[in-house]
Amino acid sequence: MIDVYQLTKSFKDGPVETKVLKGIDLAVPQGQFVAIMGRSGAGKSTLLYQISLLDEPTGGHIHINDKDTDSMSEQEKMFFRLAEFGYVFQDYALLPELTAVENVALPLLMQGLSPEAAREKAAEALARVGLGNRLNNLPSQLSGGEQQRVSISRAIAHTPGVLFADEPTANLDKESSATVMQIFKELHAGGQTIIMVTHEDEFASYAERIIKIDDGKVVADSRPA
Amino acid sequence: MFSFTNIRVGFYLAVRQVRRANLWTTGLIVFVMLLTFLNLVVVTGLLVGIVAGISNQFRVQETGDVVISALDTKDYIENSPQILAYLSSLPQPAVISSRYVTAGTAEANYFERSDPNEKANKTGASVVGIDPVAENNFSHLSRLVGEGSYLAAGDYDTVLLGPQMVDRYSFGEMPGLSPLKNVYPGTKIRITVNGSTREVVVKGILKVPANSPLAARVFMPATEVRQLLGRSDYAVNEIAILLKPGEDPATFRDFLKRSGLAVNAKVRTFEDSIPNGVAEVQNTFGMIGNAIGSLGLAVAAITIFIVIFINAITRRKFIGILKGIGISGEAIEISYIFQSLFYAAIGSSIGLLVLYGFLVPYVNAHPIVLPISNAIIVAPVLDTFVRIGLLVLTTVVAGYLPSRMIVRKNTLDSILGRN
Repeated sequence: MIDVYQLTKSFKDGPVETKVLKGIDLAVPQGQFVAIMGRSGAGKSTLLYQISLLDEPTGGHIHINDKDTDSMSEQEKMFFRLAEFGYVFQDYALLPELTAVENVALPLLMQGLSPEAAREKAAEALARVGLGNRLNNLPSQLSGGEQQRVSISRAIAHTPGVLFADEPTANLDKESSATVMQIFKELHAGGQTIIMVTHEDEFASYAERIIKIDDGKVVADSRPA
Repeated sequence: MFSFTNIRVGFYLAVRQVRRANLWTTGLIVFVMLLTFLNLVVVTGLLVGIVAGISNQFRVQETGDVVISALDTKDYIENSPQILAYLSSLPQPAVISSRYVTAGTAEANYFERSDPNEKANKTGASVVGIDPVAENNFSHLSRLVGEGSYLAAGDYDTVLLGPQMVDRYSFGEMPGLSPLKNVYPGTKIRITVNGSTREVVVKGILKVPANSPLAARVFMPATEVRQLLGRSDYAVNEIAILLKPGEDPATFRDFLKRSGLAVNAKVRTFEDSIPNGVAEVQNTFGMIGNAIGSLGLAVAAITIFIVIFINAITRRKFIGILKGIGISGEAIEISYIFQSLFYAAIGSSIGLLVLYGFLVPYVNAHPIVLPISNAIIVAPVLDTFVRIGLLVLTTVVAGYLPSRMIVRKNTLDSILGRN
């Protein structure tokens, strides 16, 4: 369960202060698939970064499973992200010198698994997204859609509480995008909480809830039509 | 920081980054490390080797492994024949050379000097009486003859001159030494020892460096010097002993002392008899070598710092992603430490191979001929490993600092490429 209270975020550039988030209240229950939508510059990615503890909000509070994240140190946030969150970035964010299975195994190693166990679990995660035959390929040897599927595998291999996705289909063709969204749908069906930023209605329709942001505020919170 | 998980993840990342890095880049970094290693070890080793070359000349050309010389209170070694006979009966010596050594003068061009007030072409000399065969077995003196020929057994009234005695070969004037002019093999000169003068023919002129103990010597057959000195008891001034391979000079010295030789003579190893000045020059060159090595170390540190910094800055986004997905900053820093260690270890390993597999044996077999001495490379294994330790330590610090600088940056800023 994620609870956000009066969340604000400002960026300072010299004397100029730009308020990107202007007091957002939000609650995401366990197992929900949420799409955050909005026009470019509305603050949707900024909201995702705050909730996923990748950034420090200027004001407000974020509670995750009733734990107040305000008091967490950087180290605690790092461990929290490792244990509870999975991330899918717009540009896949895979390490170029690691093969698909090594990319997926890395967070598992950090969780204390042995290299063999991490590799085995990573291979299972890759098989779930249909890449069981591309384990030892480097990212440069994979298509954009395949790279994004590796990225999803990395995000879900350690069975996180919440999966965050920032425009996961932005760099993909229609077919690959549909594949990625289908994976999200299946994950959600399995009880995975997903918070996804997108600006495309077609992909937002996979979610069970759509939150629209404009000018740093929630302007709509609805179910897809 | 150094938890098991951090080290394991750091190693995991480092191995893959090194394995899949650009081969040319890796090769270049390793090459820089190799040059740094060689700079650290070889430059110092050569500087020390120059002095070692000088010292070695003393051993090979003068003292041998153990040298017996007259007591400070005596002009010669008492009971020399008995000592020589005793030494010959021992199993340790390989070659023994006994010498008469005395101060004298050498004069040339005395026929051309018509005016008695004209300054004579005369120089002080260290006159050494040798058995040509025994001495050649000992110091291979015949190989050092640059002009003319070596003394033969049975030669009489013939001499070999050190280059410092002859003006066209001399290394500059030294106090008391005015090199002889117009002297060639076949030229007659006068040797004066102990008030007795003998006219002799120059048979050969040696070709040795300025610091050679032979440079300012006049070699004559032992029988003649003995006559000039009036040594009817055959008492010599020094006995130089080369030991058989595997024999320890210090052990043999102590053995001789225990045998009673110390009563009649000074018994010293080659090291004991090295002139103080040579040891001081050795220390000085060592210090200069260390100073140059330190500069090399600083250059290596800066090189690695720049390489890792550029690597880390260009990978800043990936470092941010790693932190974002929960990889600790410490694990990332350790991965860079491992990479630095890899470069230092590979560079040093290749350096060790080049050093001990090629440079040291080659240069020791073919010393670098310098005016001051024939230089070798002195690189004791322990010293080399101390330098490797320094190189590794420097590299690790130089690799850690830039990675830490990048890792400490805000995670999201790194991911998004914001400053």
